[in-house]
Amino acid sequence: MSHPGSDRCQEIAGKPVGDCAHQSNLFRLISVSGNTVCAVQCSNIAAHPILISRIVTTPATTSLPDLWRNVVPSRLARDETLLAWLETDLDARLHFSRGLLLITDRRLLNLASPDAAGDTYDYRAGLVIGKNDHGGIGRVELFDGSARLACWHYTLAHDIQASRFVKQFEQRLTEFLAGAPATRIAPDCCPDCLTPYPDDRQECPHCNTTINAPPSTWTLLRLWRFAQPYRWQLLSGFLLMLGSTAATLVPPYLTIPLMDKVLVPYQNGKPIDFGLVAWLLAGLLGSALLAWVLGWAKTYILALVSERIGADLRTITYEHLLRLSLEYFGGKRTGDLMSRIGSESDRICVFLSLHLLDFATDVLMILMTTVILFSINPWLALATLLPLPIIAWMIHNVRDRLRTGFEKIDRVWSEVSNVLADTIPGIRVVKAFAQEQREAERFRVANRHNLQVNDRINKIWSLFTPTVSLLTEIGLLVVWAFGIWLVSHNDITVGVLLAFLAYISRFYARLDSMSRIVSVTQKSAAAAKRIFDILDHVSSVPEPANPVHLDKISGRLEMRDAGFRYGNRAVIKGLNLTIEPGEMIGLVGHSGSGKSTLVNLLCRFYDVSEGAISVDGVNIRSLPVAEYRRNIGLVLQEPFLFFGSIAENIAYGKPDATRAEIIAAARAAHAHEFILRLPQGYDSLVGERGQGLSGGERQRISIARALLIDPRILILDEATASVDTETEKEIQKALDNLVQGRTTIAIAHRLSTLHKASRLVVMDKGEVVEIGSHDELMESGGAYYRLYQAQARNVDTDLNDLPPAATVDAKVTT
Amino acid sequence: MNNYTLTRNPAGRLVCTLACGTSDTVVPVRAFPIAAPDEGVSLTGSDGHELVWIERLASLPEDQRTLIEQELAQREFTPDIRCIKSVSSYATPSVWQVATDRGDTELLLKAEDHIRRLPGGALLISDGHGLTFLLRDPAHLDAHSRKLLDRFL
Repeated sequence: MSHPGSDRCQEIAGKPVGDCAHQSNLFRLISVSGNTVCAVQCSNIAAHPILISRIVTTPATTSLPDLWRNVVPSRLARDETLLAWLETDLDARLHFSRGLLLITDRRLLNLASPDAAGDTYDYRAGLVIGKNDHGGIGRVELFDGSARLACWHYTLAHDIQASRFVKQFEQRLTEFLAGAPATRIAPDCCPDCLTPYPDDRQECPHCNTTINAPPSTWTLLRLWRFAQPYRWQLLSGFLLMLGSTAATLVPPYLTIPLMDKVLVPYQNGKPIDFGLVAWLLAGLLGSALLAWVLGWAKTYILALVSERIGADLRTITYEHLLRLSLEYFGGKRTGDLMSRIGSESDRICVFLSLHLLDFATDVLMILMTTVILFSINPWLALATLLPLPIIAWMIHNVRDRLRTGFEKIDRVWSEVSNVLADTIPGIRVVKAFAQEQREAERFRVANRHNLQVNDRINKIWSLFTPTVSLLTEIGLLVVWAFGIWLVSHNDITVGVLLAFLAYISRFYARLDSMSRIVSVTQKSAAAAKRIFDILDHVSSVPEPANPVHLDKISGRLEMRDAGFRYGNRAVIKGLNLTIEPGEMIGLVGHSGSGKSTLVNLLCRFYDVSEGAISVDGVNIRSLPVAEYRRNIGLVLQEPFLFFGSIAENIAYGKPDATRAEIIAAARAAHAHEFILRLPQGYDSLVGERGQGLSGGERQRISIARALLIDPRILILDEATASVDTETEKEIQKALDNLVQGRTTIAIAHRLSTLHKASRLVVMDKGEVVEIGSHDELMESGGAYYRLYQAQARNVDTDLNDLPPAATVDAKVTT
Repeated sequence: MNNYTLTRNPAGRLVCTLACGTSDTVVPVRAFPIAAPDEGVSLTGSDGHELVWIERLASLPEDQRTLIEQELAQREFTPDIRCIKSVSSYATPSVWQVATDRGDTELLLKAEDHIRRLPGGALLISDGHGLTFLLRDPAHLDAHSRKLLDRFL
């Protein structure tokens, strides 16, 4: 309630302020400009779509794409207002070409191109607009009664805008026919995440930003957040690096006096000064030892730090990942997420501890060498360093080519392993159809491709090392030639020349490894980006800012006008349902009718897009997520057992449960006896590598798990669907124990398993079509009656095998 | 010979009337859109069930074939890439500027494995927005396009 127009905001929002749990920062002023009325938004966007959907926004013309901005005003009458627009990117022959559809207060206007005159469709009764898509193209069609007036095409990139456009047209048409003045109904916010669009843009800044950006090297800088706790170690590591690099540069320097004061005079007939030699040799040994100690300390400290940074990165990413909503997991492949947290964080770690460290050392060395060389003899130094950039550039060029080649090998290699991944899990099929030969051939083809690519890259690669040494030799040649010239002019001594040669051969050798840094940096930047992708993702099921705590809930559930969209498809629409404490509800309907989605909403795996779900009269969005879920027991169709003992699996939701509690839960779930039959009883290992348990046994363990936490709300999602009739009876007995005194929502394909339900809720296309007891629904002869009849004819009939007329929708929506 | 008739209704939909008198709006669907576009076209009704199976389009009378081909042309959209003008980066996601048989456009390649190799050397490229592009003969692209493409293969 912080801004001056908050009363007005309430009016716009049309919703009592008290409903919002985020009162501390309830409304925020987004923009006030021109004829814009204040646009308001609760800071917790996901929780308050209703508030935003009534936002009044700036006129549509300001947001038109550049191509159209100057054209459109000339096509409209003076007093005509533009309400909404849609840019199409395909013409009637399905060629790429930009067109524009406009909705004004009196008509729909189509501009096929900026110069086209435009087709006008004035509002009148009987106009119907429709939208559909197939194979990547969407169509907006305009009908007059049953005759099609026009059809416009667009690629699916514009689909969200098209849905909104259709809605806007319908609304304006209704208003126009009712004689109402035009109101701006357009919710200029992203239908996916409900973030309001910024001015002049029709893309959601939230959903669209991440898609197109290739990984940038700057992403690596963000790693500083993880490096900061170790800044003192990093600093000491850097100082050690300076010291050790400096120490390695001492020996060549000592060769100057060794040459000029000892060896050359000796050749000229002077005796060797052994005292000086001892000093110089001691200096060589001392600097080597110093370089050894400092190098060891540097590598150790920095490796330690980078390993810790990597570990922190992994832990934090995983913790963040666990807190994300199911929606996120739905869109991602497990292997992908695993590799992000596992190998990619490792790649960053190796980059920091190895490549970056080496690179820094090399750079330091080159800088120091340059300083030393110039201090000895600037002219020779110049001659020495001149070829360096050229050589570096050439090495970099070859490397670049190699890199693309190696990337190619990576991809080809994954092709080869894909053949394996395809065949080995399906080995039973391969053998059953006697296709070993064919699979072997497939592998051979993939391998041959691999060979071809490798042959090509090997041509360059085999050239690489000899080229580097050739370039190095040429560089040395220049130094020799210039050096001898200088010596002959008595500008430098032999010792100086030798020292130069010693220095320069050192860093020519490092040029190769330095050139590698570019590709390694790019790879780690890509890895860092993929990790930050996870870290930057905000859970779509946010924790409330001011949580309400409920001690003990009674289990009264209430759904008011609940709606849910998945992407831009409405899965649940305007659902109203109240479930009393202790009541058992059976959810019935075709697959795809929204039953499982409803359960996901009740568990708050997702948040409703419209309306509200409340427990004991409190919106579930204002309860802390984990605290709310603790009240829910969930039994799924495919019970998941973690690797561990049976006792641990039963006590998963309550790790501190006593053995007696575990056994009591197992007894109630009718699992006790079969558990005792296992060799190690409750200590038997189950899960991935553990004992094979049958589907029914696993299910009963998961029921025991739900029983142990003694939830007030129980959700059975097809708990008996994947077992045979005999086992089902066993499970049913276990379930009967579980259901007692709890608010229960059961989904079942087999209607017979719902005989205990006090009410049955029949769903179709995301809506509740019937509610009542079995007898009432049978009597009314509606959707439930048809389902029941179909199953009665054939006990094992799945709902999906019903006669065509009844199953079309299920197929369309699944 | 045919036991059905095809017409186009005012709403722009194809309507198929069977010999038994039932009629329904139908949608023609190719069974092998890439491997054998002219063989096997199914006319499916509004409920998704097949009403008529056409072995090969060429065997149909002229008028019916035109109707079906018109309808297919409205539904099929696999632009054929003629030239790759530029790519935004060699690391995916990458935006390509391409010239196709249906005009110039840009496509968003989300990952390299969205390029599918077809038997015979053609490439099928799925765009980030759900479009599918076809590259019929990568070997005959111009040198510049081939060089760009090569970085992704």
